[in-house]
Amino acid sequence: MLATIFLQSTNFIDAAYIVAFSLLIYGMTGLTGPRTAVRGNKIAAAGMAIAVIATLLRQGEFHGSGTVWLIILGVVIGTAIGVPAALNVRMTAMPQMVALFNGVGGGAVALIAWVEYRHHFGGDYPLRSEIFELFGAIVGSVSFWGSNIAFGKLQEILPGRPIKLPGQAIINALLFLVCVVSAIVLAAGTHSEALFILGILVASAILGNMVVLPIGGADMPVVISLLNAFTGLSAAATGVALSNPVMIVAGMIVGASGTILTNLMAKAMNRSVPAIVAGGFGGAVAAPAGPAGEAGGTIRSTSAQDVAIQLSYARQVVIAPGYGMAVAQAQHAVRELEKALEKKGVTVKFAIHPVAGRMPGHMNVLLAEADVPYDLLREMDEINPEFPRTDVTLVIGANDVTNPAAKNEPGSPIYGMPILEVNESGSVIVLKRSMASGFAGIDNPLFYDPKTAMLFGDAKQSVSDITSEVQAL
Amino acid sequence: MDSLVIDIAVLVLAGFVGYTVISKVPNTLHTPLMSGTNAIHGIVVLGGLLLMAESSGVLEKVLLVIAVAFGTINVVGGFLVTDRMLGMFKAKDPPKADEAGADSDGKAG
Repeated sequence: MLATIFLQSTNFIDAAYIVAFSLLIYGMTGLTGPRTAVRGNKIAAAGMAIAVIATLLRQGEFHGSGTVWLIILGVVIGTAIGVPAALNVRMTAMPQMVALFNGVGGGAVALIAWVEYRHHFGGDYPLRSEIFELFGAIVGSVSFWGSNIAFGKLQEILPGRPIKLPGQAIINALLFLVCVVSAIVLAAGTHSEALFILGILVASAILGNMVVLPIGGADMPVVISLLNAFTGLSAAATGVALSNPVMIVAGMIVGASGTILTNLMAKAMNRSVPAIVAGGFGGAVAAPAGPAGEAGGTIRSTSAQDVAIQLSYARQVVIAPGYGMAVAQAQHAVRELEKALEKKGVTVKFAIHPVAGRMPGHMNVLLAEADVPYDLLREMDEINPEFPRTDVTLVIGANDVTNPAAKNEPGSPIYGMPILEVNESGSVIVLKRSMASGFAGIDNPLFYDPKTAMLFGDAKQSVSDITSEVQAL
Repeated sequence: MDSLVIDIAVLVLAGFVGYTVISKVPNTLHTPLMSGTNAIHGIVVLGGLLLMAESSGVLEKVLLVIAVAFGTINVVGGFLVTDRMLGMFKAKDPPKADEAGADSDGKAG
């Protein structure tokens, strides 16, 4: 059949690949604004579909007995897991979901590299493909295991506190060295599957575990972004090994995205990526918190009723949410409060710190889920000049990102981290479960500020109480 | 040109394109960006599809079925959850009539 021959020709498939990666890139440009993003995502999905169909059209694709069924089996299993997960996941659990998805992608790369190894290495397989497969195997495997640990921490299966071994940095360096040396030996022509499994897959698996275990929960936004970049780069490497342009382009888009986010997050915490990967933020820095502790004076505690009165007579109220809002699932209650205040003629804005929550953009998604219009959300640089003009700032489950010690206490472990300058506003109300310190284990002088009043209790309950008091006024 | 050179050229150019495009994504959309890129790195499913026909032995087939399943989880789950999430982002003022034609967020507000 002429049509079949045409559809199976390399030229046709390559052309389809070009269409596919163009659609992927074009789709991503839609993500520059919330209005075009839905469409962009669909366009990217169409690009992906074209890439898959073009691959299945290849001549000899279904060669060998049972190949069709094996492919269907894989797709069915993946769909059966992926669809319910995507439809049911709560927005508060998005960091876990993204961590898991990063890992799964990296795992696929490592498995593909393993099959490639068994099949081609040592024969007439070009060295270039070997090098890129080995790179993909190491990075993909690190990403798989690291992401699983990140998932475990976020899901609270594992303790969020850093877990550290003595001499961790040396062990990590040695493991990395084992991976690199094994890769060189294998690429040089030694054919040993045992070396591939032990030196590449197992060593990088341990490395992935060791790198993420010592990282505290507050550093998760950086880790997730970094693992995202790793998975992307390993996919691109597999693309070069298989000489497949769509895989290269798609992998590099993800690699670029992960890299950009990693840098943004690290900058927002004023920490370098190597320092975060070296680990041990929370817990390890409890000692130098001395001066802040001494500064601690009396805490003023307040009631929902007083807060409601203060808010209702304000002209402008800024709400600064943090991870505590996610934990308490308080986003819907916050939306109700915002509506009640708007009804009273109060201007309400939200101040979003880039690393509030456990992943980039976490707060934005939670508030979007609660139907808060995105144009009420302000980024840190936009909202900071507004605080002096703000009557009341409501801090809901945020701690370190509002800590003035970052600005004026050079001895503080978070000194230099850009913060939401909530202490500049007329008065501050902090909603907090108890007086326990934030994730970083650092005391927050904001709580002892004479302008600050604390409202203790579950964030969701407190916000609902305030809302009903506001409505009753 | 050697095909390796072409592939590396594509790699480098794609890196620049990716960097340029992604730099313009606002903070608001960083979570959907991450789940969207989760879907896109599901492209590794192609690797599984490409190797399946030439694989031999039970181990290789099992590895590839898992790889295809992993890639499918990424693609299907990633695009779906991103779509679901993006549907939640609404502006305060509903989009004007002339903008509403282009996409489906007209039901806002």
